[in-house]
Amino acid sequence: MSQIKQMSDINWFILLAAWSLAAGSALGSIFFSHVMELAPCVLCWYQRICLFPLVVILSIGLFPFDKAVIKYALPLAICGWLVAAYHNLLYSGIIPQEMQPCTKGVSCTEKYIEIFGFLSIPMLSLIGFSILIAMLHILKKRTS
Amino acid sequence: MKYKIFAGICLAFVGLFVATAFYYKNEQAQKYGDMAANEPSTFIRKHSRILGPEDAKVIIVEFMDPACETCAAFSPIVKHLMEQNPGKIKLVLRYAPFHHGADGFVKILEAAGNQGKYWETLSVMFKTQSMWASHSNYRPERLWKFLPEAGLDIEQLKKDMNDPALDDIIAQDLADATTLNVRKTPGFFVNGKPLEPFGSKQLIRLITSELDKNY
Repeated sequence: MSQIKQMSDINWFILLAAWSLAAGSALGSIFFSHVMELAPCVLCWYQRICLFPLVVILSIGLFPFDKAVIKYALPLAICGWLVAAYHNLLYSGIIPQEMQPCTKGVSCTEKYIEIFGFLSIPMLSLIGFSILIAMLHILKKRTS
Repeated sequence: MKYKIFAGICLAFVGLFVATAFYYKNEQAQKYGDMAANEPSTFIRKHSRILGPEDAKVIIVEFMDPACETCAAFSPIVKHLMEQNPGKIKLVLRYAPFHHGADGFVKILEAAGNQGKYWETLSVMFKTQSMWASHSNYRPERLWKFLPEAGLDIEQLKKDMNDPALDDIIAQDLADATTLNVRKTPGFFVNGKPLEPFGSKQLIRLITSELDKNY
């Protein structure tokens, strides 16, 4: 019995970690746009559309722990990952600039910051969504 | 217990966010202050239009766009402060023509300056802005109807507008705006200090504090 409880506690902490990552990323993106005043481009907005609801959805799954949360959160994370992947291809120049959809406002290839020389904002987003998907996937395996 | 962990993380996030934001803003203010002292030309170029006495100790640098509504709304606030404190404030206008087609409006202003009607033209532009620059009803050609109010020779103005030197002025101002991280208009600096956070009350407070410091 205590083993079952311990197992579900580990699951709860994995979900908590996933939520923390989503919340931290959401706050980070707000920091970029509101504190550093870097205007978000169109693709950044699409990624935010996938990220912000995850903060709410994942926290609801924590109290009480509900494994069904994976079913609702995973599609959002995958959509965000796809947009982030496309954004990175655009940013790194693998997809040529002419094909990019953001002609008005901020260019999606504008380089704002690069932490340690390689971590751009789109790269941070891609890494974040990747870890989120991995966590949700592990959780799915453990609870099924 | 779980609630406590969750609440603890929430608090930590908020605390971290506020502390980092505070630190970042402080660093930025410091950086621009140093820049104002060491590289004053980033704030004031030779071509920059200046209103107010040369020896005024409070220098307001405003990055503006003639088609920007908020710039028009801030104009009377700055003018009022200048009138209340005669001889103590000077206003340096820089261009950040972010609006669509705003380069053309800047050129009209500069060409009007050749006729000695710079500030009159700017005030006509701000006054009639809603008729030609509104986002829902963008009709730049209508501006020409209002320009004679400033007492301009329109034929001469159209000739002067084509001066290629005006493109250099706009390019230089845009480059300085990028250096100073001005991404929205109006972008204010008072004696090198950026207006942060943005707002009319905050601007009045910033100018007043600089007046108190220098006079």
